[in-house]
Amino acid sequence: MIRKILMSGNEAMGEAAIAAGCKFYAGYPITPQNELTAYMATELPQRGGIFIQSESELAAISMVYGASASGVRSMTSSSSPGISLKQEGLSYIAGAQVPAVVINVMRAGPGLGNIWPAQSDYFQATKGGGHGDYRMIVLAPSSVQESYDLTRLGFHLADRYRIASMILSDGLLGQMMEGIETDDEARAPLKIDKPWALTGAQGRRPNIVQSLYIRRGDVEKHNIVLQKKYRLIASREVRFEGKFLDDAKLVVVAYGSMSRIAGAAVDELRKQGKKIGLFRPITLWPFPSKELEKVSKRVKKFLVVEMSYGQMVEDARLSVKCGAQVSFYGRGGGGVPTEKQIEREVLKFLNPKH
Amino acid sequence: MTKNYKRTESLYDVATHYCAGCGHGILHRIVAEAIDELGVREKTIAIAPVGCAVIAYDYWRLDCAEAAHGRALAVATAIKRVQPDKVVFTYQGDGDLAAIGTAETIHAANRGENLTVIFVNNAVYGMTGGQMAPTTLLSQKTATTPLGRDAKLAGYPLKISEMLALLDGVYSVERTSVSNPKEVFNTKRAIKQAFENQIQNKGFSMVEVLSMCPTYWDKTPVDAAKWIEDHMSQYFKLGKLK
Repeated sequence: MIRKILMSGNEAMGEAAIAAGCKFYAGYPITPQNELTAYMATELPQRGGIFIQSESELAAISMVYGASASGVRSMTSSSSPGISLKQEGLSYIAGAQVPAVVINVMRAGPGLGNIWPAQSDYFQATKGGGHGDYRMIVLAPSSVQESYDLTRLGFHLADRYRIASMILSDGLLGQMMEGIETDDEARAPLKIDKPWALTGAQGRRPNIVQSLYIRRGDVEKHNIVLQKKYRLIASREVRFEGKFLDDAKLVVVAYGSMSRIAGAAVDELRKQGKKIGLFRPITLWPFPSKELEKVSKRVKKFLVVEMSYGQMVEDARLSVKCGAQVSFYGRGGGGVPTEKQIEREVLKFLNPKH
Repeated sequence: MTKNYKRTESLYDVATHYCAGCGHGILHRIVAEAIDELGVREKTIAIAPVGCAVIAYDYWRLDCAEAAHGRALAVATAIKRVQPDKVVFTYQGDGDLAAIGTAETIHAANRGENLTVIFVNNAVYGMTGGQMAPTTLLSQKTATTPLGRDAKLAGYPLKISEMLALLDGVYSVERTSVSNPKEVFNTKRAIKQAFENQIQNKGFSMVEVLSMCPTYWDKTPVDAAKWIEDHMSQYFKLGKLK
């Protein structure tokens, strides 16, 4: 049955988790994602799941590790300072190859920063914020509907690859209310066998969920297994959206809520007859490098716009062909680039003389 | 009582990596015997600590999870909540349970999680080379208290069992030792009881066991056992705290 609901991005991610079969949530309050924790506290126990308000983020992520090790779908959520604390557990989740979904409703940093929206955790999310060589699948929604859809996808991908999926939202998207459509029957959660789960060694050899390998060669072998998995994901799971790429002379690159504002600026410039396109990565890891490279065969100017002082721009620069120029505009610390500012930056880059 | 010379089923027939005179070997055997006697091996899930016992799963024939240092009780909380029909226990050292994992310990206990906790207190960090533990005795020399633990600089040996005994969420806390055969039998009784408490849904049960570390106490195994009786158990009093 298709249902239409008005909800905030935070609530939509909670609803998506439950619809995806999440049976365990642990979290510690932090603004601007508190609606999500409250949603799970109210809804999850009524719908067959377990909610725990943990004593810390360190405990929350370790609880998720334990629940996932038991074979159930589980999730935690937080905002930037809390996500920093979760890096410990994320590294263990990567090492032990247990699935998990982690939501980061990003706010401004560094330190306590403030509660206003930001995209300054891109490096932390995509380059491995914890210790060791590991990756997470990082999904960046740009609307409340997509917050719902990508959270559901995150659970599926986490189980499929035994990896952590991070949904990289921000304070703007988490707090914003929009209408969404859900169709739970059409998209029932896919059952994925978990023969590795800790369920008591009944009639089988014991299962061990571990990331420690005492013998030196074994750790290297384990890392090679992980790297092979990451390459497989990178080859299969890239997602992006392009707009006006066919005839664009300049392409704006933005993700998440920034891409909404950038998209409006692109539309306005098109109305003025300027051939501007939009490239929006949906998976931040794996980054749509080949796809952006393909665009750069024809387009020679890219403007990356972020609510940070330049993080994704590094991946864009690594992706494009030689000869293509990548410029950057960004504001941080809670500052949000406006349509007008983006239009101004586009025109400046398009016609350097003016 | 019949004499039983069989290997415990919950223990693999392998040599351990533990030092001569270490208490872990005795405790692994006690835990395995208790699980065997209660007939719950196939529904038990162990959480290994970070410390000397980190590869306990190489010795126990049980499903087992590693946890990040100190987070064993957070991991155990989730496993037990998700699978309340299983028997879930943590096996943790003094650094894991009473230093880096203090918050996880206190809050799992305070929530009254229906878990069994085996707390191995040997007053020193073994795995990393004999540094001060939260339970290191005053004037005890370690790698990081070369002149002996000075309360002015490093505080006092932490009586975490006494702290937990104050919490409403805790069902049972007991302190025992493995320094002589009589105490080994008493520890076996206490640990088996702590598992029975969980099976009967009584709630959070912890057994703190004073255990020998001859290597980092710089003592012979015999002197180490004697040191528990002469010094350690003078400060950490044996008996039922709750």
